[in-house]
Amino acid sequence: MRYLPLNENDRAEMLAKVGVKSVDDLFVDVPKAAILDNLIDLPTHQSEAAVERYMNALQSKNISAGSAPFFCGAGAYKHHIPATVDHLIQRSEFLTAYTPYQPEVSQGTLQALFEFQTQVAMLTGMEVANASMYDGSTACAEAVVMATRVARGKKMKAILASGLHPHYSAATQTVAQYLGIELIQNPSEPGTDCEAIDQIDDQTACIVVQSPNVFGEIVDLEPFAKAAHAKGALLIAVFTEPVALGAIKSPGEQGADIVVGEGQSLGVGLNFGGPYVGLFACRQKLVRQMPGRVCGETIDANGDRGFVLTLSTREQHIRREKATSNICTNSGLCCLAFTIHMTLLGEAGLRQLAAVNHANACVLADKLSVIGGVELVNETFFNEFTLRLSKDADTVVEALAAKGILAGVPVSRLTGNQKDLLLVTATETVTDADINAYVDALAEVLS
Amino acid sequence: MAMNKQGRPTTPMGSEQAVFQTVSGNKGLAQAEKLIFEIGDIHQTGVDLAKPVKVKSRLGGMERTDPIGLAGLSEPQAMRHYVRLSQKNYAIDLGVYPLGSCTMKHNPRLNEKVARMPGFADVHPLQPESTAQGALELIHVLAHWICTLTGMPSVAMTPKAGAHGEWCGMAAIRARLDADGHTHKRRVLVPESAHGTNPATAAQCGFSIDEIPATDDGRVDLEALKAKLGDDVAGIMLTNPNTCGLFERDIIEIADLIHSVGGYFYCDGANFNALVGRVRPGDLGIDAMHLNLHKTFSTPHGGGGPGAGPTVLSDALKDYAPLPFVTRDGDQYRFVEHKEGEGAASFGRMCAFHGQMGMFTRALTYMMSHGSDGLKQATEDAVLNANYIQASLSDVMTPAFGGVCMHEALFDDRFLEDTGVTTLDFAKAMIDEGYHPMTMYFPLVVHGAMLIEPTESESKQELDRFIASMRGLAQRAKAGDVDFFQAAPIYAPMRRLDETQAARKPVLRWTEPAEAGK
Repeated sequence: MRYLPLNENDRAEMLAKVGVKSVDDLFVDVPKAAILDNLIDLPTHQSEAAVERYMNALQSKNISAGSAPFFCGAGAYKHHIPATVDHLIQRSEFLTAYTPYQPEVSQGTLQALFEFQTQVAMLTGMEVANASMYDGSTACAEAVVMATRVARGKKMKAILASGLHPHYSAATQTVAQYLGIELIQNPSEPGTDCEAIDQIDDQTACIVVQSPNVFGEIVDLEPFAKAAHAKGALLIAVFTEPVALGAIKSPGEQGADIVVGEGQSLGVGLNFGGPYVGLFACRQKLVRQMPGRVCGETIDANGDRGFVLTLSTREQHIRREKATSNICTNSGLCCLAFTIHMTLLGEAGLRQLAAVNHANACVLADKLSVIGGVELVNETFFNEFTLRLSKDADTVVEALAAKGILAGVPVSRLTGNQKDLLLVTATETVTDADINAYVDALAEVLS
Repeated sequence: MAMNKQGRPTTPMGSEQAVFQTVSGNKGLAQAEKLIFEIGDIHQTGVDLAKPVKVKSRLGGMERTDPIGLAGLSEPQAMRHYVRLSQKNYAIDLGVYPLGSCTMKHNPRLNEKVARMPGFADVHPLQPESTAQGALELIHVLAHWICTLTGMPSVAMTPKAGAHGEWCGMAAIRARLDADGHTHKRRVLVPESAHGTNPATAAQCGFSIDEIPATDDGRVDLEALKAKLGDDVAGIMLTNPNTCGLFERDIIEIADLIHSVGGYFYCDGANFNALVGRVRPGDLGIDAMHLNLHKTFSTPHGGGGPGAGPTVLSDALKDYAPLPFVTRDGDQYRFVEHKEGEGAASFGRMCAFHGQMGMFTRALTYMMSHGSDGLKQATEDAVLNANYIQASLSDVMTPAFGGVCMHEALFDDRFLEDTGVTTLDFAKAMIDEGYHPMTMYFPLVVHGAMLIEPTESESKQELDRFIASMRGLAQRAKAGDVDFFQAAPIYAPMRRLDETQAARKPVLRWTEPAEAGK
């Protein structure tokens, strides 16, 4: 077996050193009834070529985003990732390292995390950020739990505005249900985020608002911040498309206390939904209630600047059942991909990338919304918008998929209802030819 | 002209030679590297993008006008920056990485190649199922391998890491208890030797934690466990093999005891790599167990993730599994995504989308490469390697417990008694010897613990070199060479770092020097 260095001579010598006759003698503590003597009923080992052939056959059954006119978003976005990113994250020293618990031999990972935290804080307009969560949705759930901790458990109500991605609402509900958190979930409906403002009361720990929201609408967060702060509640701002923050005001500028989001757009591919990278930022004064790992600056015995994981008294390996979260492994390598991509962009590149995304979405929205049976729902958007169709969106999407076009995400896929709504995204990867193909095909399907 | 007979010096100067500071701060191949914010600026970029076409803005007057501060680098600058950083890291591909409980095994590169196939890497989670049948099939096939290897009827695929999997299993237990009206069952038994994630997870599912002590031979104290049983017990969270590297001999009896009071058995599967192909957890009476695909099934640790934590569930718990999950109708695969029909009893959704697909591709590639025979051999080699280390070091170091171990060997610090050398000093000295330190000060039940897990990836030659180094260090400690240990590491990219200062005055991001002075 190509991954196993020991040969039979080695094994015999080593068993002799241990002082046992056979390897079975090392499993003596296993109850006799539970030890397997025969091989498990699965295929035996295969060559590299054979496994690759099998996997290639499987992947060929899927239509990849890069092989078709592609307009899906709804929390996962197709962007061009510079070749440098994938090369660097495959360097052995990054790929095959553990969590940087031994800082003297982990400065590469640690410095990259410190830079990542700085970038996330800048992007969100916040003071500090952690070293990542699993994805945007779990970051959102953790933020709500954190808000109840900030309120010292005295306020256990959390309000979710109507534009929050339904998966984020669901992930938050899943965690909240066992912690005594009362979740006010507003039904997903375009243009209705503001209704949540009136729900804030003295028992509210936080209000959660997404911008751009799941329908692509850009939401002014300031009224939410003012209303929340007037009642002593926190504003948790959510985003699923970090590129948008290269064009629109940061949540920090608008008064958010905690900002969470999905970082997949930068450096991390679509990957059929994972792994992604959850971004988590907050005000400095809240940092000791923050979940997850944090990297901080310090000096070594020579007085040279270095970096370590810090504030670990919040974490499970020290605090056990009193920890701020049970999270251990996070999204390390995806953070690295994110930070490399962001470094290659820089502020100038990010702003231009955002401008191209917005322009492409504007062109697409204008062309689609003049087709009969299509209505553009949004007054505002960044690179994603909602269409109301004269036919069921999932039928339309299937019909367009049959024509080789991935036309967007039906809202019903997320909510189970609102069958006439379709989410459509245009990033920098969309070409004029893609747009024209989409317009022609949609007109045909709806006629 | 006479020939210069001196020649090139080939013997380095003695170690007593003074260490000179270089002008640049670099040390040969080890390059000093500033932060990106100190190298680049907001105008520099490493990408070429098209000019946006002119459009009327739809941003609703919410344009970001203030500077953000994000420094950019050109491609060559960026390449150097990250390559220089990478060279400050230890890695499995560089040497022995014997972190107990973390399972730092070889990461095959075929896995990376497969994960990057466009039909897996470049597929959107919400594109029509008809256009992603291969992806759904892969999840289905991997689930079959996992269920067969564990002997369990069902697996929840969406948990994103080990701790997320623990949460999944405990939430399934909570959902089942709630469905049965057993709302008084809220106490979870957790051994003292457990990973910190276990009590943290149980607490996050709304349970209270009751600790069970260990016996002198490093296992759950069965009598103490019996004394803790009661009608309010929701279940137990037990790692097997446990964090001392020992198989819990009484595990079947423990399962029966927990079931006898109407509780459920959560097994922490962090150490499943000691059992694959030799023992099926399903035969031990467990109700839920997560697998760390990034430990047992070789997906890379990546400097702290991403992981994946599929969680197997017994018949009693499987209806409560999280959404979404894959199901098969004839030759077509589809997702159950909503809390209705087959998903009606689910405790809910744990994350956006379908779990860590990029880890699924790697793990299945690993499993198929090994096959049933290779997986069994890998398990046996991992256990043999650990025992070989234990046997080879037991005369100079102090094994915490007697007898054979499973996949990792646990030592305590008795052999350092009166030497003035601590477990930490010993670990830092290993860095200078070219090794990553073992897990230290864990598990908590052992004083100054040193937990060594070699995995099956180490050759005998590599193990012998490692053993020789460890023996040398142990002898050096006993000889009283305290300064040597307390100064370590001196050959790492950095000397020991001041963690106290980092925590007392946290500096968690770069700020403009002028601002920092304010």
